[in-house]
Order: sequence, then C-alpha cells, then structure tokens
Amino acid sequence: MNDQQEIPLWEVFIRPRNGLAHRHCGSLHAADATMALQAARDVYTRRGEGQSIWVVPSMQITASDPTQKGENFEAQEDKIYRHPTFYEVPDEVGHM
Amino acid sequence: MYSQGLIGAKTDSDEPPEFLATFQARIDADEKIEPNDPMPAGYRKTLVRQIGQHAHSEVIGMLPEGNWITRAPTLRRKTALLAKVQDEGGHGLYLYSAAETLGVSRRQMTEELLSGRAKYSSIFNYPTPTWADIGAIGWLVDGAAIMNQIPLCRCSYGPYARAMIRVCKEESFHQRQGFEIMMTLCKGTQAQKDMAQDAFNRWWWPSLMMFGPHDSDSTNSDQSMLWKIKRFTNDELRQKFVDATVPQAEYLGLTIPDKDLKWNPDKNDGRGGYGFGALDWDEFWSVVKGNGQMNRDRIRVKKAGWDNGEWVREAALAHAKKRKARAAVQHAAE
Amino acid sequence: MDASLHFDCLVRLADDHMILGHRLSEWCGHAPMLEEDLALPNIALDLLGQARILYDHAGKIEGKGRNEDQLAYLRLERDYRNLLLCERPIGDFGHTVLRQFYFASFMGLYWSECQNSNDQILREVAAKAIKECAYHIRHTGEWVIRLGDGTDESHQRMQNAVADLAPYVGEMFHMDETSQQGASAGLIPDVSKLAATWHAQVAPVLAEATLETIEVKPILGGRSGQHGEEMGFLLTDLQFMQRTFPNMTW
Repeated sequence: MNDQQEIPLWEVFIRPRNGLAHRHCGSLHAADATMALQAARDVYTRRGEGQSIWVVPSMQITASDPTQKGENFEAQEDKIYRHPTFYEVPDEVGHM
Repeated sequence: MYSQGLIGAKTDSDEPPEFLATFQARIDADEKIEPNDPMPAGYRKTLVRQIGQHAHSEVIGMLPEGNWITRAPTLRRKTALLAKVQDEGGHGLYLYSAAETLGVSRRQMTEELLSGRAKYSSIFNYPTPTWADIGAIGWLVDGAAIMNQIPLCRCSYGPYARAMIRVCKEESFHQRQGFEIMMTLCKGTQAQKDMAQDAFNRWWWPSLMMFGPHDSDSTNSDQSMLWKIKRFTNDELRQKFVDATVPQAEYLGLTIPDKDLKWNPDKNDGRGGYGFGALDWDEFWSVVKGNGQMNRDRIRVKKAGWDNGEWVREAALAHAKKRKARAAVQHAAE
Repeated sequence: MDASLHFDCLVRLADDHMILGHRLSEWCGHAPMLEEDLALPNIALDLLGQARILYDHAGKIEGKGRNEDQLAYLRLERDYRNLLLCERPIGDFGHTVLRQFYFASFMGLYWSECQNSNDQILREVAAKAIKECAYHIRHTGEWVIRLGDGTDESHQRMQNAVADLAPYVGEMFHMDETSQQGASAGLIPDVSKLAATWHAQVAPVLAEATLETIEVKPILGGRSGQHGEEMGFLLTDLQFMQRTFPNMTW
C-alpha cells in the first residue's frame, strides 16, 4: 500500500425534492470537491433520488458534544466522529 | 449474516459497571447509538468487525456475479446483472461509510481484506461456472441476505441501521431477478432445467451455511443480542430461510438435494416447519479458514485491482495538491 | 427512405453503444476505487440502454422480425458495424477514461444534430442521451485532467493512451457511402462536419491535462465490418450462451 495519504472522506447531503431540506445520507472518498460531487451523484442518486447535492470534507464539520445534552448544554465542539484521518499528522512523523 | 454468525460481541471490557448499565438502558429503551455517543470498547470493536465483514462481503460478492456480465445471454439480463453488481458495490460503500464513523478508515479495512486478516461471507468462495449460478445466487444468496438485513434495519447503531435501510430498499429487485432467471430456466428446455438443477445442487448447502454455526456452537452471541447488534439467532434465521425457500423450489420443480428434508408439524412452536439434514461443518470451517475453491482467487483479483489502481489514486491526490498550491499562489497574488 | 439504408445507419449506432457498453462493463469489480465501480457501470448502463432502443427500432425498420437480442448476439463478425474505437480493449484506467471522453464528446455533438432527424425515435433517444452524454463528458474529462496532470507515472500513462487511441479518432468523422446517403436523407448528421467542433472541445481538456496531441493517419474498417483481432474474442464472450444453447429463452 503505497498511497502516501488516504483519499479524503466527504459527507454527502442530498435534497431529494425542492421544498425539503438537505439530508445527510452517508460518506464517500474522493480526492477533491469536483470528484466528490460526481461520486455523490453516482453513489447516492442512482435511482434519481437527488435534486441538489452538497459535499463537505468530513473533518471540516464541527459537531456538538453529545455528552453535553440537557440544561447544561455547553457547546463543546468536536469532530463528527473519530476517523483516523481527521487528525493530521505531519509527514515527517511518518505513518501512524 | 454476512458476518456468518461468527462475530460475537466481546464482553470483557474496562468500563465501570455503571457505564455499561447506563449504556444497556439506552439500548433496552430502543434508543439509537450515534457515532460520538459514549459506548463500550467491546461494542465499538464488534461493530467495526461486523460492519467491515458485511462491507467486504458485498465487495467480494461483485466478483462471482460480475463473472457473467460479459456473457449474459440477453441485453435485458446483461443490464439487470450489471445494475445488480453495481448495487452491491454501492452497498459495500454505504457499509464502509458506516464503519468509518467508528474510528476505522476505508484504507485500513481494505488492507485487512487484501491481507486475508478480515473475513467475508464464505458463500462467495464458491465458483459460478454456469449462467444458472447467477439465478441461484440472486434467489438463494440474496434471499438469505435479506433475512438478516431486514432485522438489522432496527439494530442499535444508527449509521449501520440507516445503511441497512438503504440496502434493503435496493435489495428488492435482486432476489426477484434471480428467481425470475430460475423460473425462465425451469420452464425452458431440458438443457436449461438441468442447468438450473445443477446450480441449485451446488448452492443449496452453502446458502444454509451462510447463517453460521449452530447456536450451541456460536460464541458470544448473547452479548450481541443484548446490544441489539444481532437480532435473531443463527438457527432461527436458517430455519426461516428453509421454510420460505422450500416451497419456492417446489414451485420451480427443483429437487432439493437433501434426503432428510421433511415437514415437521411440531417446529416453530407448533406452526410447523421443515426439518433438514446435517450441514457439512468440515466444509464450512474449511472454507471459512481459506480453503474454499475460490478464496485465494477472490483476494488475488481484488488485490490486483487495488494495485493496478494505485497510480490512479496517487495521481488524483497529486492533482488535488497541485490545485491547492495553485489556488494559494493565486490568492497570495491578489 | 430505403429501409435497408435506414437499418444500416441505426445498427451502426446501436453497435457503437452496445460494444462500448460491453467493454466498460469489464471494469465492474476491478476499478481503482469503489466509487468508480459505481460510476463506470452508470455510463455502461446508459450506453446499453441506448443500444437496446436502437436495436429494437432497427429490427422493426428492417421488418424481418429480428429483435434486439438477435441483432446484438447472432450476427457474424463482418456484420457488426461499430467504430473500431468502441471495440478497443479497456487497457488501463487512463485508456478507458480517454476513450470514453473521446466518444462521449463525439456523441454529444452527434445527438445534438439528431434532434433534427426525421426519425422520431432517434429524436427521442437524442433528447435523453444528450443529458447522459454531458455527464459522461464531465466525468471522464475530469479524470483525463487529473491523470494527465497528476504524477509523472500517470502523465506517461495518459500520453501512452493518447498515442494508442490516436489512430481511432478519425473514423468517428469519416463519411462513407452509407453515411452520405443517411445524411442526405435527413436521418443522421454529416459527421465530417463535427470534427472541428470536437477538436475545439477536446483540445482544451488535453491541454489542461498537459498532454500533447498526436495526429496520425486514421485506421478505418469498423463501419464496413473489418474489425481488429480483439473483436473475435469480444464476440466469443458476448455470443457464448446464444451460440452454445441456440433458440432458447433466457
């Protein structure tokens, strides 16, 4: 396995029809935004489910901390999940 | 079931009893667990293996059927088969996506598959030498998969459940397509009927083996059931499958290759069901351990595809890097 | 319009799409990443879908009772009339995307002209196919750019693909007697008139991909049934079931 880095992960949001909001439907891997959008169309709208597609690099999304629910909700900001590639390790440090 | 009933949730963990109890209470209340929720290490680990194995199975499953796309006998069958195999790739993708929410990367999972460390459903280690095998796989293998997938739509882990809902929506045409192929063959010429019976003879027992070892031989099934990662036992699903499939085989006019198959009115709490013969567990374990006819070939083919594609993936990343750099230069110049 | 001429023109188009769809389907399960195992079959399904409509239509025009499968599966090699470009082996991923980009760019223009055809079914196919082509062009064009302007290795492989496919570009724009008559009859476009636009669309993509173009003398033959050696093997796979088990329903 010689790919120096992994191909980045993107979250996909689709609005099936006008009038509805975009809904999260999953993720995929693509090297850049253009290819991510195309892949989203191929993967998540093969049966014509899509009107509008949003793709976002997964690590760009900020999530609230689910343990902070309830009255004392203090937004502790976190990643949407703990993916190995979300925490960048400098190249010099090597494979981790 | 694509995990072949082999993955049992590990019960030993470091978490304090109160933590485990709180978690269990959520499960019992039918709450969904989402990616950043606190969860026992055993729950996370079991799911990573189970979802991973399910994803690998979909991806490897593209090969035995993909084998017949270029030789499909009509344009209609060709396009339907291509669409089905494409769907399976898509299912693999949804499942990898679900697994990645648990802290493993697609690349790690790919490495594990190609190195032989990760397992996939052993059903795909059988060859598809005839066109009738495509019918048999759609009918039996997809049929068995559906039995497991529908309950998993209610599994406790949100991303897995949602992936399964997506999969189940798309799955409906797969089994119908397979059964329709079998029907066409069974209503056809003698050569076609013989082809169908031969395929059925070869796929029947392996399909029963898809449900995994007997409950009495399944380790750690209980914790998986408690955590609602597994909804029915191996034997329950296997019985359901046999009861549903035997009448279909009879409708097709096929002979079931089991001399011990017999209706038993006492099964299923008196509702009746089919008793069937003993599975060849030696064969089961042999294939699971890597000695099936196609095990090595499947991995060899996937590894070749992966290796042959390395330059493509590297180029895509290199180009993305170049674009970023050019954009940065342009931005700085403005 | 002469039924035989009408048939010939439709079958050429159908063969292009069926043969290329068949080639593309060979990638299923072997693509460089799972996302492409979905993308390439999408393109193949579009092509095969178009082929089916065209074969069905051609069979009705011919009036001898041949259906889509009899046309697709039971002719002799000499009677297949697809472009040589379409039957070329898939090669590596670079070859595949470049070939697809060339063909899709051509068909985008072709279908556009077909909106003026006096054949209603061809107009209907064209209306749908134009949208599908637009996506094929975008998808494969983006790959051509990334692979041409990626790593040294990918650049070299793409340059090889340009060289390997160069002899097969010209046939797309070649007019023979059948296509002259078809164009005069208002059925199909004069493809020689599409060449300049095609080059104008393709050149910037190749330039952005940092690829050098090559002009070579075109190899012809597909339209008259004179195929390369790989066609025999392709038909061996394609026709296997129908030839081994004749006259059966599948």
